[in-house]
Order: sequence, then C-alpha cells, then structure tokens
Amino acid sequence: MIYDAVIIGAGHNGLVAACYLAKAGMKVCVVEKNDWVGGAAVSRSLYPGFTYSNCSYVSSLFRPEIMRDLELPKHGLQILPYEGGAVFTEGGGYLGMFRDHDANRREFARHSRHDAEAYDRYSRDVLRFCRFIRPMLMRTPPDPSSFKPRDIAELIWLGRKMGEMSERQMADMVRFWTMSISDFLDEYFEHPVIKAYLAVSAIIGTALGPMSPGSAYVLLHHYMGDVDGNVGAWGFARGGMGSITQALARSLAAAGGEIRNGSGVESVIVKNGHAQGVVLSNGDEVRGKRVISNMDVKRTFLKHVAEDQLPGDFVKRVKAFKIRGSSGKLNIALDSAPVFPALPEGAPNLKGDLHFTDSIEKMERAYDDWKAGHFSRDPFQDVMIPTMIDPTMTPPGKHFMSCFVQYAPPKIEGREWSDADRDAFGQTCLDQIEKYSPGFKNRVLHVEVRTPRELEAEVGLTEGNIFQGELTFDQLLFNRPVPGYAQYRSPIKGLWMCGSSTHPGGGVMGAPGRNAAAQVLREAKLPNRMSDAYAVL
Amino acid sequence: MPSFSAIVIGGGTNGLACAGRLAAKGCRVVVLEAGAVAGGGAAVREFAPGYFAPALAHTTRGVDARVMAGMALERHGLGFHPALATCVLNAEPLSVMRGKTTGADAAAYAALIAKLSEFARVLAPFRGLTPPRLTSSGNEWGKLARLGLGIRALGKADFREFLRMILINVADVAEDELTDDRLKGLLAFDATLGAWLGPRSPNSLILLLNQLACGPDILVPKGGMAALAAAMVRAAEAAGVVVRCNAAVARVLVTEDRACGVELESGEVLAADKVISAISPRTTFQKLVGPRHLDAGFFSRVQHIRSRGGAAKLHLALTAAPDVPDLQARMVIAPSVRVVEEAFNPVKYGEVPKAPVMEFVVPSAFEGDLASEGHHVLSAIVQFAPHAPKAGLEAARAEMLENTLAVLEAHVPGLRGLVAHAELLMPQDIEARFGMVGGNWHHGELAVEQMLFLRPLREAAQYGTPLPGLYLAGAGSHPGGGINGSAGWNAAGMVLHE
Repeated sequence: MIYDAVIIGAGHNGLVAACYLAKAGMKVCVVEKNDWVGGAAVSRSLYPGFTYSNCSYVSSLFRPEIMRDLELPKHGLQILPYEGGAVFTEGGGYLGMFRDHDANRREFARHSRHDAEAYDRYSRDVLRFCRFIRPMLMRTPPDPSSFKPRDIAELIWLGRKMGEMSERQMADMVRFWTMSISDFLDEYFEHPVIKAYLAVSAIIGTALGPMSPGSAYVLLHHYMGDVDGNVGAWGFARGGMGSITQALARSLAAAGGEIRNGSGVESVIVKNGHAQGVVLSNGDEVRGKRVISNMDVKRTFLKHVAEDQLPGDFVKRVKAFKIRGSSGKLNIALDSAPVFPALPEGAPNLKGDLHFTDSIEKMERAYDDWKAGHFSRDPFQDVMIPTMIDPTMTPPGKHFMSCFVQYAPPKIEGREWSDADRDAFGQTCLDQIEKYSPGFKNRVLHVEVRTPRELEAEVGLTEGNIFQGELTFDQLLFNRPVPGYAQYRSPIKGLWMCGSSTHPGGGVMGAPGRNAAAQVLREAKLPNRMSDAYAVL
Repeated sequence: MPSFSAIVIGGGTNGLACAGRLAAKGCRVVVLEAGAVAGGGAAVREFAPGYFAPALAHTTRGVDARVMAGMALERHGLGFHPALATCVLNAEPLSVMRGKTTGADAAAYAALIAKLSEFARVLAPFRGLTPPRLTSSGNEWGKLARLGLGIRALGKADFREFLRMILINVADVAEDELTDDRLKGLLAFDATLGAWLGPRSPNSLILLLNQLACGPDILVPKGGMAALAAAMVRAAEAAGVVVRCNAAVARVLVTEDRACGVELESGEVLAADKVISAISPRTTFQKLVGPRHLDAGFFSRVQHIRSRGGAAKLHLALTAAPDVPDLQARMVIAPSVRVVEEAFNPVKYGEVPKAPVMEFVVPSAFEGDLASEGHHVLSAIVQFAPHAPKAGLEAARAEMLENTLAVLEAHVPGLRGLVAHAELLMPQDIEARFGMVGGNWHHGELAVEQMLFLRPLREAAQYGTPLPGLYLAGAGSHPGGGINGSAGWNAAGMVLHE
C-alpha cells in the first residue's frame, strides 16, 4: 500500500507531525529503528524496578497548543512542575532556588541585597524577551531573499512585532540576542554564585561557554516554555519523559496512524527528483507519497539520500551544519535519597535542579576543556532526582537520579570514545557529587554513563547534540538548517524535515513537528485544524 | 576668556577629522590634546634612548576617503608606502598579499577573501552613516532600508550566505573553507585583532568584515604613523583649527543643563557652544561630566559600556636587523585557530597566555630615522593580554614579556640576542598612557551588541548625548576605531546638521 506520508523516526517531533497529518485524514506510517518509540524522550527500564528518563529529563518547552490539539492528557500525559534547586558552593554553603519569585528574592538577599533588587528587573526583562519570541516558535520562518507574498507578509509581521516595542525594549532585545550571558548578567548582578546559577540555562545542550557571545539567546530558548501556563517553569513528565512520546503514540493510534518499530531506514527512495518512500535495513520498502524525516539534517541527507540527488551547494551547507555534541549523561539508580549536608533539613531544594558549579569562571573553564577536545575535568552537572516528586519511577524509598553533564566532546582528542574514556568520564562526575554529598557513592545501585557516542548510536543524534544542531544565529530562524530551506522543505520534492534541526530548534518542544505538518497540509491543500498559538502572557 | 564655537577634546585622528570638517564649514574650533603631541594612538614615541616606535597603532587600513579628500591630506603631505604583504611565520613561512598567496590553499583563500570583501563592500556604506534611532520613523530607516537593498543586490545566493555568515564565528568559516592551518590561523588572528573575543566566539567574523570595509590593504604612511597625525594637524590648522597640546581637560562645564565649555586641569576655562569629546565615552561621562548632570539610568548604563582590551603592545630596540623573510612585510605568528583560541582562554580569567599570538612590523625598515644606522625597531601587537591581571600588573607584564619573547625567538631565531631594550605595554598601561578605558583601542569593545545604534549607548548613538551641547566623536562611537577618522567625520556632519 502507499501511505500519504512516511515519517522517519518516532521521536517527539516525528510523532507530533504524524498525529497532525493523521488527524487531517492522511494515512501515515512512522518507521522507527529502535524497538521502542520516543527518540530522546523515553522512559527505559535499565535496572530492575527502575524507570530511567535516560536522555531528556525535564519538560517545559513542549508546546501547550500541541498538548491540547492532540489531547495528550487524555492519553496519559501529566507534567509535574518541580520546585526548588540549589547550587552548592566550594565552602560548604549553598544558594537555594524556589518556585516562588519572592522566596527566590529572599534567598538572593541572603547573598546580596543588591542582587535581590536586581532580580525583579531581570525577571521582568527576560519575560519580555520570552513574550516576543514565543509567537515565532509556531510560525514558519520567511525566506528573506524571496519576494513571494507569503515571505514578505511574514517579514512585515516580524517588523510589526518589533515596531510594537519601545526604543529601550528594542535595544535590549538586540543586545540580548547577541550578547554572552556572562556580560548580560554582569549588568544586573554582582554575586558570583547567583550569576552562576542564572547562567545555567544559557549553556545547557550547547557547545558555547557562558562567555561566548550568543549564549544569552540559548538561555531564552530554555525560558520560553511553561508548565500549566507558568512561563519559565519546568516539570517532570510523570513516569519519565517517555510518557510524552507514549501519549503521542496513543494519540496517533487513536487517529488511525501506524508505527513500525525495529524498522531502521536504509535509504529514501527518490525517483525523478521525487521522494516515494523508504527502504528499510531489512530490505522492505514502505511506499509513501511523501517522506518526512525526523532525523537531523546531516543524517537525513548525508546518510540516507544519494548525494547525486541533491544540489552541490545544499550538500556543502549540510556538511557544514554545526551539530556539536557537548554533553553527556549519567543515569543513576539510588538505594536511598542522597544527603547534602549544606542544605537545611527538609529543604525543598532537592526537588529541583542541583549544581556544583559556583562561578561562571568554572563553567567557562569546563568549556575550555571541551574546546581542547577533553571532557571537563571539573564538569558542570545539572542533577535532578525526579523521584522526589514522582514516585512511580522506582520502588518505594529508592530514587532515580539524572545527571546532565557538560562538557563532553563528540571525539576525545580527535579519536573515538573508548569504554575506558567513558568510565573515566562517569567517575569524574560521581566524584564531584560525592564531594558535596558524602556517602553518595555507597547509595549507587547502577549507573548508566552516556557519552556523545552512546547518544549517537542509540538515539541517532549526530555527534550526540541534543538540539540536532547548534543554536547560534547562523543556524536559527531562516538560516536553520540551511538558508533557503528553512520552510521544512528539502531540494527533493516530497521529502520534508520535521526534526529539531529545523526552526525553532531543539528541546522536547514539538514545534518543528507541528510547523512541518502545517506546511505539508498546506501543500496538500488539506484543512489545517491546528489551534492558534495562544499567548499565556 | 577666549571663545570658540566648538571645543574638541582629544587630538587623535577622530578629534582632528571632526575639527577639520567643522572648521572647513566656518566654525572656530579648538582641539585640546592632553599629550605633548597630537595624534593619540598614531603618535610616535622614543621608548629607549635613540629608538622611536609608533606609540600604539603601527599600521592602518587607510584614512577614510572622505577625510582624505575633505581635509586634502595628500596636499598636506600624507602618502603611503606600497601595501604591506603579510608573512605568516612558521616552519614553512607563507606569504599573503592580495591575490598572490603562496601555499596549497591559495585558491581557496583567495576565493574566501573575495567573498568576504564583497560582503565588506556592501557593509562599507554603513560606516559613513549616522546610525538611525530605533524608534524614529521615516527618513532614517529609509536610509537603512536602501543600504539593506544594496545587500540584497548581492544576488539571492550571496544574500542568503551573507545572512548566514553575518554573526558566525571565524573559526567555523576557516574550518569550512580552508585546509591549511597557517591560513586558518591567520584568518582567526585577523578577525580577533583588537577584540576581546576568541575565534570560536560567535560574532567574530563581522569584525573581519569591518576591517575589510575600512580598506583591503594594510598600509604604513610615508614618514611613519606620526606623519599621518602630523598631516592631519597641518590640514586642520590650515582650515583654521587651533590645536593645543598639553591641555588636559578636567571637566565639562554645564550651565542651565547645557554643555557650555571646559575647564582645563591648569584651571583655565574655555567657553564654546558645543563641546565635542573624541575621547572615551566612559571617561567623558564618568569623569568630565559626572553623575550630577546625567540621568541615573543613563549613567549606570555608561558604567556598563564594556571596554576590555585584549592586546598588548611590544616595542623592541634591536641592534641589528631581525632574521625575517621580508623586513617590509607584516609578520604574523598565529600557527592555528586552536593556538589563537588558547591564547585567549586565560585572558578570560585574568591570566597570561603561555603562547601568545602576534603581528609585528619593523617600522625602522620604512623610516631610517627611527633608530641609528644598522639598528632597528620592532613593533608588535601581542594577543591576548589580560586587562585586569589577577597576579597584579607588574608580575603579569613580566610574564607576558617573557612568553612573548619566547614565542618570537622560536619563530625568529636569534632575535633575543639583538634586543637592546624591550618595552611591553599591557592594556592597563595603554589605558594610563592613552586614556583608552580598559586598554581597549576602540574606546569600548567593538562587539555586535555595541555596534551601530547601540554604540556606545542607544541614547548617544547619533553622536549627540543626553546633555545638550555635548557630542561624541571618538572611536567609542559608530563605526569604531582604527586610525581612519570615520567616527570624527560622521560626528562633525551631525553637529553641522544641527
């Protein structure tokens, strides 16, 4: 049979696109190489009785419009907002974070009264940048080089949005989009720990340091999401991050879509410049009128499409697309809750993100190691214990801990990662935690260490980059992934892109999948029943 | 009390260009220079008995054509030696000159530079523009839109490429387009020259485009850099400008919320309708005006103008000619992108790099009178140097000098044996000597978030300031520094317009 659409990869974006197309009446088939769905939003059972969110580990960016359109709560998705967080400092102290703005303010005042004052202004300013960018997420970027009415209308829309701002707001916006987070925070704050905590979101997932220009934008990328309308808040998916993709899979089934697991794609069938389906690695063919790839742009076009089917310029640009792996991950099963002596008893901070990097300088030095081709000797870790809030993931009293680690280069000193490298990397991270939580290592039942090598092999993310491509301006908006191809189309007719390599980029957001589906439906002249992007702000 | 229609503070190239343009239109202008000679970064100095070196800048990409013609600088004696070739010092040295690059990558490098020069060409008109105010309607944005159309006229493919590359980092461009480490290193070095950025930092390529927009060639004036300043002084004086040296300004005088003159450190008072500051915007507002006459929010933002200098200046007095392939070339020691990046890393933490990268020229090879017969002067810009060294200035300077000489010796064997005297200016020394805050030679970092309508601050980006009667005309304003007089010329245009 010939499907209306074959989607390569059952990651969240592939599933979102599939759901929208199926709901519009298309016959869709999602082919997935792994025996499970989810891509990098998965819950895996890698140790008896424990569920791991072993890739992505928190949720905020997932677009509420998609959740509503696809009825994900009905299909079992629940996001539990988390509270708190802490940075442990060298001298045995800590900076706590809370869900409540005023509580944060009081905690800041404990370190610096000046910074507590500045925090109000800072929060307001960052919220304003979020307000500007959020409506852009669900729109297909224009091609500024085109004179087509749609592109011009889109540019005018952008211009209008800019025009709504005051001079000061516009200036702040331009600065914020191009500055380093370190310089940006220096204009508000003075205390190194407060700056270190606030800089965290600017480096997660990216191969930039906090002192790299453009890193402030990455911060925004992590702030523009929400949990239940609470902008900037983050939460856990109950039952692990796989719950998001499980709910999507159920929504897809309800809409009549099909998923084939264990079906890795060998190549995209292209005849007369038109994509007609895929060949699986077992030789089977899945035919379709169009093919939509949820894989990153490099993998799609350099591995699964014959180079002679593509224009030379396009291939050159895809080859030069920067997908830089910068992070690793430790997934840990714990026999009991870790104890951090710096925290007062009963403090809620363990329910949030924990960090051991108490200055921007330490973060930047960790990045310098990455640039030189090593993993960081004193790494930055974003540690979460989702079981503090969600007890469904482990047996009673036990805990699952997720440690997101930066920086880990895709290659070590130019060579592939070996198992010994991986173990040394894992040990470095465990030692760092032990330093702030004595006895921690004795609680460990099982550790899964993931370097960019494992991420690429299992999830298929080239170089292990969690965003399917760096979030720098040369790869954002109309430049993402390739100038002239930012509208989810590719040079091959009927071959589309819907992964995080496309606008607006990575994170468990679903926006690329939805935007791609919108373009596919528009071209197929099918009705688009997507709800409008709504403004919480 | 003598009275002028305009006072220009600072006798550097921008101050002189501004004064020259105003005087040509009939203003009575006085230029007040704190130093003993005008020229600022383009002056000459005896750094060791019998040895003279360019005070700071040792080459230029040419004076702004408008300044050149408007002040008739050629008639006042300004000429240039033939453009300098660049020689990349390495085990196998490489020579780079427009279209005549040696090495396997020559064609790729030429193609890349041609593409970047094309981008620079469409950006060049922005340099002569008074940046529009962000909210102003009509005319000013119209000007900008026209220039934007000029960019679109590159053609569809190049326009897309332009938008992709405008904020990219230079390291990626080097990796994508070149294979020869020596050329990659050169590109990385050139883009980050004078910046507080490593080649891997996003937004680094635009700095190279800006340099190319100033002019394709690297030039040394006939008679040395000081001759450039001298020609400008002569031209300004011919137009009726009074240039006063040793006249440091202590403060700007304000009456009825208007700048009305200045008081010199000697106590002397000069009155004028307009006061134009060609020195650092931070110094202007923080020291000369002070918080009493400025809005608190504005004043606070002034303090946040980032002005970190990352370059040190080295002067060597040599007893004989150094062993280099071409005494009249610009020598660059920057073996690879990684070495440039690693030279920047420690500076972020206030430390001194083990292996700095640098460019040097031998000014005495152009002008014999800079050193006695057979002797030579070497002038180098060494990157990167911490602007606020943790170890203290003295220790950092000593370490920086040692590391620099070691790198030089490794590339120019026998050089250390020729050194009769060495002088290294750290960014702090440059600040003390030339008034450049943080030692940044653009009087404020030339970075995307401090460019165009954000330079130095949005309220003062059109050369006027929130204090009526006070204007900015220095490198701290659009389009930044580089011994070309563009900022001063633009500022004069704005003053005349008003």
